[in-house]
Amino acid sequence: MQTAMYIFSYLIFPGFLFTAVIGLLTTWIDRKVTARIQWRVGPPWYQPFADTVKLLGKEVVVPAGARRTGFLLVPVIGLAAATLASMILWLVNLNPSTSFVGDVIVVIYIMTIPAIAMILGASASANPLGIIGASREMKLLFAYELPLVISVITTVYKAGSFSFESILTHQSQEGVMLGSLSGVIAFIVAIFCGQAKLTFVPFDIPEAETELAGGSHIEYSGAALAVVRLNMAMMFFIIPVFFITVFWGGIAFTGWRILTSIIKYVVIVVIMVLIKNTNPRVRIDHAVRFFWGPMFALSVVAMILAFLGY
Amino acid sequence: MSLTLKALKKSPWVFHVNTGACNNCDIEILDCLTPRFDVERFGIILVGSIRHADVLLISGPVTKNCLPRIKRLYEQAPKPIKVVAFGACGCKCGIFRDGYNIVGPIDKYIPVDAYIPGCPPKPETIISGIVKVLSAL
Repeated sequence: MQTAMYIFSYLIFPGFLFTAVIGLLTTWIDRKVTARIQWRVGPPWYQPFADTVKLLGKEVVVPAGARRTGFLLVPVIGLAAATLASMILWLVNLNPSTSFVGDVIVVIYIMTIPAIAMILGASASANPLGIIGASREMKLLFAYELPLVISVITTVYKAGSFSFESILTHQSQEGVMLGSLSGVIAFIVAIFCGQAKLTFVPFDIPEAETELAGGSHIEYSGAALAVVRLNMAMMFFIIPVFFITVFWGGIAFTGWRILTSIIKYVVIVVIMVLIKNTNPRVRIDHAVRFFWGPMFALSVVAMILAFLGY
Repeated sequence: MSLTLKALKKSPWVFHVNTGACNNCDIEILDCLTPRFDVERFGIILVGSIRHADVLLISGPVTKNCLPRIKRLYEQAPKPIKVVAFGACGCKCGIFRDGYNIVGPIDKYIPVDAYIPGCPPKPETIISGIVKVLSAL
């Protein structure tokens, strides 16, 4: 019975199906807001679904010289990891007793797997542009992980334990993390790290449409490309939910809190889209310097403020 | 009509190749993405890699240097792919037809599904051409 419940929650509700649908809707919000900022009309709401169904029906080309198994298997591994991260986050939000000590660390680790999968897939594709994309993605991964982890640890220090349950209880009893100075600073750092994790402008250096022509996913086509894009859409859903859980009091499905949960989610998504649309792409060395310099310093300041009780 | 075909009509992704055109057609293609015409309403986006494309948009007469590359691009594209010859040069070589380095319009080498004439075609013509390609599917 317990196993059946877990299989259900992995595949359907809060796992794969739910995350995929909401993630694709989120990419529509992204495209629509982008279009409105540029005074365009933008695509209809079913556009990401049409894209995915179309890609599933197309031919999958494996380039000559590519490692066939690795090239095709790796996006699926990324998808499985994204599903698992989403499932842990949602189960904790719906029913805090499913939380276990250390699940914050587990989710942070699982959320890096899609990026690592992209690095492996691009390296297997035997395309020079893809390999440049992979190398940039790797540098970016080293750059943003440190400030992200420190800013999450700030909230963990305040809650007193490495589990989502204690973070959520702490926030429901003593106000959300965003209500304190250290929480606000840590949240700003985390938003920038999330931007890099999703490879959005200004940190879309691994993809760089205009110079690398798609970079790390340049050689993917057909169903494999659909999986890669679905993976990115799901990460676009998971990262705002992770930030809401850690910094902003979590998500709930009871009464009025449904509405406030949706508002929190849309606000974070729109902030990310606005950053994306008002900035040019930075160079990889600038990105690394940005994360190891100002962002690292800010996260350490947040940590010290948390120690001092602010 | 099958579901994938319906989806294909709703999201044709375009890969654009210049095979020796004077660049005027390319500027008009970019015009279609601007707020006034905004082809993203119909799900059309320009993609950076041929592996992602559903429509191969070819502007320009084919020069000797371009011919092996455009053939190779056509082979690399994931099928089904639609080929559109763009502008007077793409359709019939235009004013370059007597050039020493021109090897003929593109339809001598790869099958073309639609022709959009004009020098350069207006954005309205481009959108109407795309609609004709999609309704002929």
